[in-house]
Amino acid sequence: MNDWPLWEVFTQPPGGAPHEHAGSLHAPDAEIALQNARDVYTRRGEAVSIWVVPSASITASSPEDAGPFFDPGNDKPYRHPQFYKVPRGMK
Amino acid sequence: MEAEFEARIVRGETIEPKDWMPERYRKQLIRMMSQHAHSEVVGMLPEGNWITRAPSLRRKISLLAKVQDEAGHGLYIYCGTETLGIRRGDVIDQLLAGTAKYSSIFNYPTLSWADMGAIGWLVDGAAIVNQTMLAKASYGPYARAMIRICKEENFHKRQGYEIMATLAAGTPAQKAMAQDALDRWWWPSLMMFGPSDKDSPNSAELLRWRVKQKGNDELRQRFINLTVPQAHAIGLTIPDAALRQDEATQDWISGPIDWEEFHQVITGNGPCNKERLAARNQAHAEGGWVRQAAAAHAEKQAARSAA
Amino acid sequence: MSGERGALCQYLLRLGDDRLVLGHRNSEWCGHGPVLEEDIAIANIALDLLGQATLFLRLAGQLEGQGRDEDALAYWRDENRFTNLQMLELPKGDFGYTILRQFLFDAWSYHHLQELARSSSADLAALAAKAHKETRYHLRHSSEWVLRLGDGTDESHGRMQAALDELWPWTGELAWQNGVDAQLRAKGIVPDLETLHAPWEAMVRDVLGRATLIVPSGPMRMTGGRLGRHTEYLGHMLAEMQIVARSHPGAKW
Repeated sequence: MNDWPLWEVFTQPPGGAPHEHAGSLHAPDAEIALQNARDVYTRRGEAVSIWVVPSASITASSPEDAGPFFDPGNDKPYRHPQFYKVPRGMK
Repeated sequence: MEAEFEARIVRGETIEPKDWMPERYRKQLIRMMSQHAHSEVVGMLPEGNWITRAPSLRRKISLLAKVQDEAGHGLYIYCGTETLGIRRGDVIDQLLAGTAKYSSIFNYPTLSWADMGAIGWLVDGAAIVNQTMLAKASYGPYARAMIRICKEENFHKRQGYEIMATLAAGTPAQKAMAQDALDRWWWPSLMMFGPSDKDSPNSAELLRWRVKQKGNDELRQRFINLTVPQAHAIGLTIPDAALRQDEATQDWISGPIDWEEFHQVITGNGPCNKERLAARNQAHAEGGWVRQAAAAHAEKQAARSAA
Repeated sequence: MSGERGALCQYLLRLGDDRLVLGHRNSEWCGHGPVLEEDIAIANIALDLLGQATLFLRLAGQLEGQGRDEDALAYWRDENRFTNLQMLELPKGDFGYTILRQFLFDAWSYHHLQELARSSSADLAALAAKAHKETRYHLRHSSEWVLRLGDGTDESHGRMQAALDELWPWTGELAWQNGVDAQLRAKGIVPDLETLHAPWEAMVRDVLGRATLIVPSGPMRMTGGRLGRHTEYLGHMLAEMQIVARSHPGAKW
């Protein structure tokens, strides 16, 4: 069991939404990971597409990064449409 | 750091794998999550016992799908446990060695087809009461696994209750079978919620850290209140001569629970503890060559591509 | 019952019995698989097979017109009325044995159902088309595992070779036909199974070869499954499968 690497599974629901993380599983290789992902995470028809990625291949931000990476930027209103005025009646 | 962590909990924030957490929090979660995962996997055995004897194709298919779901639930939670820095193989070794706990209920034998109804209705029913709460656990991977599980769990209980209702409305032999199953599974189901909070060593800490949100007694009472009317609705009798309804609160007050039996079962001396562990050990041992072969093949393929 | 209707009923029974028996054998793995992920995978295959069995048996019962539904056929026939291939009733063996047996059947079903999906019987064609989609997935799973176990470790190779030596002689029954088939072939309802044998064998030998396994030579086992003549294993399997239903005649579940 410890020989089989961990994979992260991403599934895309019908309707064009992006792939979403569904969970993980252990598999010896990519083909089996894909098949197992289908069996484990899409039994109830939740997906039209599956990605499997070795967990070791994922680079993630760390909690310490949260400040500089994700500061809400309330001081950057120019990124939001409400900042901009257009004449009444114009959409 | 401890203070900030406690503050995050109080604020209702979700703790994620890379966040700082007290070592004790990590240990409690590993213990709780791995026990939960073990329960799902061991839980496949008492129900798996009747797949080959299910008396109709629809029941056979439903039962097989239910047990398959349980494997999936174990898998979600094992994977969630691995985010805490422990490997699935190591956690499973603990189960196989008999040093890990799992839900006491699965140490009881399934002795008739009606047990499939009783388990779905009572055991999954109890699990749902527990799990709905856990879907809001403070640890992200656990909460997310629980949300997925809760979505799937509802059919389990309905399937069980439908089996019981069909039997209770069937031939005299079927009705007797259903009542007998209820007689045997009622008390163990109540014990699933664990000892009374005053006797439960882990409860206080888990409540403070928002891993649990409600105490054992409160959850048990909720389960009893839900289930007693369901039994009455299908003409079955709860095997508790002392059961009565409180006028003021409308709570159904249970008779005394035999905590000595519970103690025996969780310390390894229940009816099926040895058999459950033996079955898991056998499956693991017999599957070793398969796991190794797949790993070896993957290595060979990697070497071939590199060449 | 008219000749053609009776023949089609028989044919559907064969299709249903194959999948009921194999689905049942696969379901025995639940809770005992080598790894959780494969427990789930084998259960999925078993569920698909049992679902297909339900539909084929139901249609057979309707054609028979004696009020027997899929449960009456599954739980109340004796073993000499079962028309499945003998290979499918053999005990599940180890994981490799199960996978190899599944593969040999999947490769056959793949070709068989593909042809049946073009049947002049609309009902049969529809069921076959649906089953074929599921079979393609089963074939993918079983063939990939045959490769991994055949070309894995020395131990896995040894076990797979032993499984193949034992299972191959049972494959002689796959293309077995009699008057039932002839009658339906004449109306374009079913294919000539003989024509499926070569593509089946090519597919199977390709995978087995890549799995470094050697196809044995030697005589094929005696046939009889389609005529209700089975191995001693089926009786025990049915005794277990049918006991609860048979213990309560007339009961609803």
